[in-house]
Amino acid sequence: MVELAHPFGAPVGKMLADAGADVVVVEPPGGASQRRYAPFAQDQSGPERSLVWWAENTSKRSVVLELGDPAGLDHLGRLVDRADVLVECLTAAEASVLRLEPGELQARNPGLVHVTITPYGRHGPRSSEPAADLTLLAEGGPVWSCGYDDHDLPPVRGGGDQGIRTSAHFAVMAVLTAVVARHRVGRGQHVDVSMLAAANVTTEFASYSWLAARQTVQRQTGRHASPRPTDPTQVQCADGRWLNTGVPPRTPVEFASLQEWLTELDLDGDTAIVALLEMAGQYEHMTLAMIEEDPLVAEIFGAGRDAVALIASHLPAHEAFLGLQDRGLAAGVVYSPDEVMTDPHFVERGFPTEVHHDELDRTVLYPGPPIRFTETPMRVRRAPRLGEHTDEVLAELDLR
Amino acid sequence: MASLPETDAHGAQGALGHLRICDFTGQLAGAGATRWLAAFGAEVIRIEDPVRRGRWDILRGSPPFKDERRGIEAGTGFNNHNVNKLGITLNLRTERGRELLAELVRVSDVVAENFAAGVLERLGFSYERLMELRPDVVYVSNCGFGQTGPYREYRSWGPIAQAVGGLTHTSGLPGQPPAGWGYSYMDHTGAYFMAIAILMAVHHRQRTGRGQWVDLSCTEAAATLHGAPLLDWSVNGRSLRRDGAPHSNRNQAPPMAPHGIYRCEGEDNWVAIACRHDRDWQAMAEVIDADWARHPDLATLEGRLTVEDDLDDRLGAWTASRTRWAVVGEVVAAGVPAAAVARPGERIDGDPTTHTWGLWPMVDHPFTGGARVDGLPVHLSVTDWAITTAAPLLGQHNRQVYGDILGLDGAEIDALAGEGVI
Repeated sequence: MVELAHPFGAPVGKMLADAGADVVVVEPPGGASQRRYAPFAQDQSGPERSLVWWAENTSKRSVVLELGDPAGLDHLGRLVDRADVLVECLTAAEASVLRLEPGELQARNPGLVHVTITPYGRHGPRSSEPAADLTLLAEGGPVWSCGYDDHDLPPVRGGGDQGIRTSAHFAVMAVLTAVVARHRVGRGQHVDVSMLAAANVTTEFASYSWLAARQTVQRQTGRHASPRPTDPTQVQCADGRWLNTGVPPRTPVEFASLQEWLTELDLDGDTAIVALLEMAGQYEHMTLAMIEEDPLVAEIFGAGRDAVALIASHLPAHEAFLGLQDRGLAAGVVYSPDEVMTDPHFVERGFPTEVHHDELDRTVLYPGPPIRFTETPMRVRRAPRLGEHTDEVLAELDLR
Repeated sequence: MASLPETDAHGAQGALGHLRICDFTGQLAGAGATRWLAAFGAEVIRIEDPVRRGRWDILRGSPPFKDERRGIEAGTGFNNHNVNKLGITLNLRTERGRELLAELVRVSDVVAENFAAGVLERLGFSYERLMELRPDVVYVSNCGFGQTGPYREYRSWGPIAQAVGGLTHTSGLPGQPPAGWGYSYMDHTGAYFMAIAILMAVHHRQRTGRGQWVDLSCTEAAATLHGAPLLDWSVNGRSLRRDGAPHSNRNQAPPMAPHGIYRCEGEDNWVAIACRHDRDWQAMAEVIDADWARHPDLATLEGRLTVEDDLDDRLGAWTASRTRWAVVGEVVAAGVPAAAVARPGERIDGDPTTHTWGLWPMVDHPFTGGARVDGLPVHLSVTDWAITTAAPLLGQHNRQVYGDILGLDGAEIDALAGEGVI
């Protein structure tokens, strides 16, 4: 696979490279832009020290080509002619200059899967408009659904460049689909990914509440945006940290175990809550849809939420998380990303992965691959140094 | 060069028309994965429990609803996530039900499920058993915390995977609780990872003839969505749990300023603006056309970051007296990324971009009637997706699957229904 270095395409190459594909990332002589992004190792800048580059380009090989130069462009052409997959994020005008037109490349390499990842799709009236992760998530829908009950506060973009990542996930799915299809149809094809479209179809209720019922969801603190206000599901625990209680208890067994726990913790003084929890015993099962028909169901659901919140507010967040889950009740402690790396569950599963950095003569802890294959395990290797594999790759093309 | 066959042995079309999926998935985190495969022509056979009338999937019969009609065929989420699939009922509590599943596994390429860890094994279908039935089976399991480890039996929904996986914490404004995600982002994304897992294993099987078992944890998937901040912790010892972090409307990698969401004229109207570099700010300053904006201290990123709060206030004051569309028009014309924070109706019905793409295909549902659903954000030039049939009614395809695929006759199928097996 050949990837023209670009922040939009980097996660695509990473995922496929960690899964064993030979991904060659093509960088300009000065290095890919991500090499200049902070944070840096030990906070010292330099093209080999960007942690953004490290994180997003694992397991790849790096080739430096000057694409403004006929020789560099020729080398790129030869690389692409022998590739199974090309991933690039160019505008139509840029692609034309580099002679990377979808369709034309397949004339020379019929098996090529040519992937373009652009804000609005490679063609069309908006294909040259500027965009960023933030603006795509704003006009694509996710931002409208995220934020706080207080609408004087602006809506919120979730962290971590998820607009870029969502398009990358779709690009990986599409690459694999086209590669699997190649066995069947005998040829490659052009895969056009629209980042705006990717955001639009990754909004759950927001889209289909409108599509089905022309209802507009409204953002709420720490829970699903909804056409009508719903009860909070994010509870602040005794240690000041937050807990998400997700979907409320629904079965008589769950209500009974909550009631028992309230008693154990000496928190059963609120007799109204306890009485409602007991009433759950008269139902075989309860569903969200029953709320509309049976006011008692709504009250019992509410009591379930109140009981969870009461318990959580008396315990540290992590203890509340374990206690609820050990009783079969869904809950999640709100971790910062690094806390996942030290939690015993994820450590036992080997999720935090030591990656050797030979150039520093040390190992660095990385998030491991999230997909565990019994036959073909994914592996994370350090990102390449600038042009580390230029000679090697050109030699493979019989150019050195 | 071979041309695209119109139909193959299964009589199906499309990129994945040669694949049959034995599909136990539900909710969005699982159903979203097989939805992708079905849109590209795979024969996805969704198996539901006749006793609980498919309600293991919480979305069967859950709001929102199209109109006043209710019941297990009216859930809009379910009907969105299960287009293009076949639906059968099968009671795995019965011996005959388990026999029928064994027969179905024998003729399936993939078994997909997102039960809690261990559920399918307790029903008698461990990976070892599936391999006996189909030696090259691709078996993909997807659950909140994965198949091993102390939390393996813990329950999870999208918001829980988001909380534990670090996504909730990194979404918010300073001095406020976590805003989190106002929807199950990790149910969508867990489904994308599951589709990737299935396709990678299918690709491997095409090359080697070997199947495998795949364990996917949605919480771990969530934790991989923050690359650099995790390394900032492991290399520099800097945690994201610190004062003043995170402010997710700002940009961390690379830093940009101004970069935020600003109030506009009207009720709950907002615009997003991202100045990617000094050139963008220069163009922005010309649009604002005021002395403060042209101040030389703001010419560099470093200068703008030093006064970022003040810069946001001034820019917010400028946008507040304008409509979203006026701001977007002027700023984008200057070459700077800007977009209105779109309401669902605005981006679905008011944005020609999504229409031109064909992003909201219409399907005809036997119970609720015509309905638009989510399309896919990709187009493949040779074997593109097509979403053409509505989500299955409970047991809608029993006759087709038990008859045409497993070879039972009408009387046998009637008897199975009478005995509560299907």
